[in-house]
Amino acid sequence: MKKHSVLPGFGLTFGITLAYLGLIVLLPLSLLVLNTTSMSFDDFLKAVTSKQVLLSYRLSFGASFLAALINAVFGFIVAWTLVRYKFPAKRFVDAIVDMPFALPTAVSGIALTAICAKNGWVGSLLAPFGIKIAYAPPGVLVALIFIGIPFVIRTLQPTLEDLDKEVEEAAASLGATKFQTFWYIIVPSVLPALITGFTLAFARALGEYGSVVFISGNLPMKTEITPFLIVAKLDQYDYVGATAIAVVMLVASFILMFFINLSQWYARRINNG
Amino acid sequence: MSQANYNSLRLSPKLQTTYPKIMKNVAINWKDRIIPVIFIIISVLFLTLFLVLPLAAVFAEAFRKGIDGYCASFKDPYAWSSIRLTLITAAIAVPMNVVFGIVAAWCIAKFEFWGKNILITLIDLPFAVSPVIAGLIFVLAFGRQTALGGWLMDHDIKIIFAVPGIVLATIFVTFPFVARELIPLMQEQGTLEEEAAVSLGANGWDIFWKITLPNIKWGLLYGVILCNARAMGEFGAVSVVSGHIRGETNTMPLYIETLHNGYDAVGAFSIATLLTALAFVTLFAKTIVEWKVKRERMSDNS
Repeated sequence: MKKHSVLPGFGLTFGITLAYLGLIVLLPLSLLVLNTTSMSFDDFLKAVTSKQVLLSYRLSFGASFLAALINAVFGFIVAWTLVRYKFPAKRFVDAIVDMPFALPTAVSGIALTAICAKNGWVGSLLAPFGIKIAYAPPGVLVALIFIGIPFVIRTLQPTLEDLDKEVEEAAASLGATKFQTFWYIIVPSVLPALITGFTLAFARALGEYGSVVFISGNLPMKTEITPFLIVAKLDQYDYVGATAIAVVMLVASFILMFFINLSQWYARRINNG
Repeated sequence: MSQANYNSLRLSPKLQTTYPKIMKNVAINWKDRIIPVIFIIISVLFLTLFLVLPLAAVFAEAFRKGIDGYCASFKDPYAWSSIRLTLITAAIAVPMNVVFGIVAAWCIAKFEFWGKNILITLIDLPFAVSPVIAGLIFVLAFGRQTALGGWLMDHDIKIIFAVPGIVLATIFVTFPFVARELIPLMQEQGTLEEEAAVSLGANGWDIFWKITLPNIKWGLLYGVILCNARAMGEFGAVSVVSGHIRGETNTMPLYIETLHNGYDAVGAFSIATLLTALAFVTLFAKTIVEWKVKRERMSDNS
């Protein structure tokens, strides 16, 4: 079980860690599974495949995937810029990247709504073209891009810093074009980190609630995300329905978490040779 | 001649005048200069649009009716009760998770044992769970539809739609922050210093206070600040267990929602400025701590 160590406190700290973890996290989470086993399979299936729920999956998974993709592209550009180039106010730009981690989601939610509403700074520019962001599906996308920004950038930065500039120079000296250097040297070495960042952003977006519910307006069958439906069912005291949807979401995030661990393991293997 | 050599030659004006042939290549290299400029412009535009604009909007909306309108938002007693509840919640949840974080990090970083990676994954679990589900599990545990909830109701103990539920949900969502920050830091530092202290006869408590704590203080501080920011700002999980009773179970983020839904934009954004200031403090602390850690590492190496 445990390798010998002269340091004291293993039993005590291990015991407290397990007890606290079990009481706060594992026991409550297991109730979710326990509650599901008490319903019949047909009830479960009916709860998780009703039309309203299916439409919410489409919006939640679709918008989360698109937001993570947009964050992967722009996140790569921002991370590259922060690692490779010098420009004024770089420290400020680097610090503000973490804003979505630090800003409470309710605040980002109402702020993004104010900007994207018909009379807002961005919304009023787009309204003449008939483009609606707030209280429409694009609003969900905007909120999910916002909360996913730090994930790709912060996962890519250390990898880009470790990237050996000499390898790129060697490639160039052997006659590779800029594009070839990028495609054959840079992309393969940052790809695992990029995939990890993408998946982290995707997983976070999938469960996000606070910043989305304000800007989406929660229009039935149109802008309802899956976490909102869980809350809506709870408000109607439909505990069975809420639990069933929650289990689907939980399984989805566990699969993503497994995928993240896999890509990190793969990245370590690449880095170790 | 290679691309790499052009780049190094370009920097020397003397060489450019001596070799006209190279000058031609310098002219081609405008592409090398334009790419950084394009990248910087795209990055700044993207971050301005998505991060700076929302922050500016918070303050613009809060002061839409001037300073008087802003101050009027804080005359409402409900505003103060929400601030008080948020402070109480953080004052309970943060210390509990700080103690847990230190204990778990000591266990994981200082010892080798079977199942360590599983334990680390389990500690990360609350990050993978949607905040809404974090709230739901406590409703399933203590709600009035359960046996336990019924018993609690008979004994007049309120957990759901009351402060204890809010505190529990907050503890759940902020559970990993301190441990996450400390585990890699303590693993990197190893056990040599502590083992030396043991060999000199120090007891566990002394080792922790005099050796481990000074080594991890900056990482710990950052973990505490992150944990606190999330504890004060949590919305989804708290929203599910709170019941939104004004003056009783409305934390600051929930009170913002109440005001927003009541079309009191100035009020909602005024409260939001406080949480935005907290976010700025968090980012500032992060920058300082990173700088301190980098400096300590440099002085260790020299």
